[in-house]
Amino acid sequence: MMTANAVATEPTARYQSREMLRVKDLHAFYGESHILHGVNFDVRQGELVTLLGRNGAGRSTTLKAMMNMVGRRTGSIVISGQETLSMKPHHIPRLGIGYCPEERGIFASLDVHENLLLPPTVSSGGMSLDEIYAMFPNLYERRKSQGTRLSGGEQQMLAMARILRTGARILLLDEITEGLAPVIVQKLGEVLMLLKARGMTIVLVEQNFRFAAPLADRHFVMDHGQIVEEISAVQLPTRREHLNSMLGV
Amino acid sequence: MTMIFGVPMAVFMGQLTLGLVNGAFYALLSLGLAVIFGLLKIVNFAHGAQYMLGAFAALLGFRYLGINYWLALVLVPLVIGGLGMLVERFLLRRIAHLDHLYGLLLTFGLALIFEGTLVNLFGVSGARYATPEILQGGLNLGFMFLPTYRAWVLVAALTMCLFTWFMIERTRLGAYLRAGTENSQLMQAFGVNVPLMITLTYGFGVGLAAFAGVLAAPLYPVSPTMGSSLLIVVFAVVVIGGMGSILGAILTGLGMGIIEGLTKVYYPEAANTVIFLVMILVLMLRPAGLFGKEA
Repeated sequence: MMTANAVATEPTARYQSREMLRVKDLHAFYGESHILHGVNFDVRQGELVTLLGRNGAGRSTTLKAMMNMVGRRTGSIVISGQETLSMKPHHIPRLGIGYCPEERGIFASLDVHENLLLPPTVSSGGMSLDEIYAMFPNLYERRKSQGTRLSGGEQQMLAMARILRTGARILLLDEITEGLAPVIVQKLGEVLMLLKARGMTIVLVEQNFRFAAPLADRHFVMDHGQIVEEISAVQLPTRREHLNSMLGV
Repeated sequence: MTMIFGVPMAVFMGQLTLGLVNGAFYALLSLGLAVIFGLLKIVNFAHGAQYMLGAFAALLGFRYLGINYWLALVLVPLVIGGLGMLVERFLLRRIAHLDHLYGLLLTFGLALIFEGTLVNLFGVSGARYATPEILQGGLNLGFMFLPTYRAWVLVAALTMCLFTWFMIERTRLGAYLRAGTENSQLMQAFGVNVPLMITLTYGFGVGLAAFAGVLAAPLYPVSPTMGSSLLIVVFAVVVIGGMGSILGAILTGLGMGIIEGLTKVYYPEAANTVIFLVMILVLMLRPAGLFGKEA
């Protein structure tokens, strides 16, 4: 638990920082099916929050809804002070938001280098190619390989790396550790710490609670398309049993 | 005289050249179809009509506006491609969320409208478009006589094919297109204006067809139906090559032209069907096409 306290932002400092994301009464629909039933949460600058919950609780849909990738939505999604509900999908990333989908979305017809260069710059201050290759030496070695020839872990690193180049300050990361070897999960944890240290705001949809716990400032637990509980890093040690029972681990 | 498999060399080479020239048209047209299908997932049935419009625009531009061949080669693809962009923006986009069969029906309907209108105005008998003076006559290569215009068509079409291949496979813009073909929703989530990309891509594919139309104008009678007869063969070429690759579309186009040309030498009766026979064979052995990705 030492690490949890060390990494998590002090609560007092948190309330002083700027609000980067506010989701209010968000409902989302895929065709006829109603997936999100009034999601409410907020994320402050430099915070790392998780969306926890069982499969089908609506965590991935929440991220997709923020990117305007689902069908109909109602409610409010404010990103960096701007209401985005009526924005076109390709305008939302330009508010400085980077999205890493659950299925990673590596392009087979592009090599690693092309995959890395693909997402357009959304604001200045992104990481340079050199910095990215220093952070992920594997990607440099395999830069000429076809994107989907990489191992699962390398693909995940590529999916992360390419949104770091764009200058996005808010990262939406969907299940980045899913199906990966422990050593790679550990590496991803180090990367997230580094990004946090750089002041990035991160929303992490995660199944692997042991991975998320020491990194996050706050946890939002979702169930049936709603946030049912908010647990801060400080509260975590005492609420852990309760949380485990909710998540069914 | 030198003989090749019992056929005079000059005849053999002549048919080979004819085949290559036809193949160049197949390549240009199937390339456009493949690019459009890749991003829009629509089989563009108006492609033949757009090729025909290219030839007609060259003809009418010359007749009424005095636009010469060289200018037409540049202007016509831009104008017809622009028309294509309007079609995409105001018609195809409205049905993009529906089953792609609707796109096929819409483009088929458009083809009928374009053809019907021109038949009504100009009749079905073809008009002649004069070969530009500098490209008249022929080159005596010693072993054969090569009409200059056909040589030019080959060079121009292949250059355009290579240019397209380069743009798609080697540039950043092309990387957008390739990625958009795979997963356009994610491209949108990266901040790429996918709707605009779709409009430009359709316009580019249509522009390629119109370019082929201008190239064809001095070779074939310019008539409202010139596209529909060609398009059937081009569809067969696309099926043979598979929708998967740009280079595949080019190589299959040329290859099928050559096979067709050589069939004319050795068994002329089958010349019109040989491509379809190849298509049947390919479908039996490699259903995704020669260059297509197996699902």
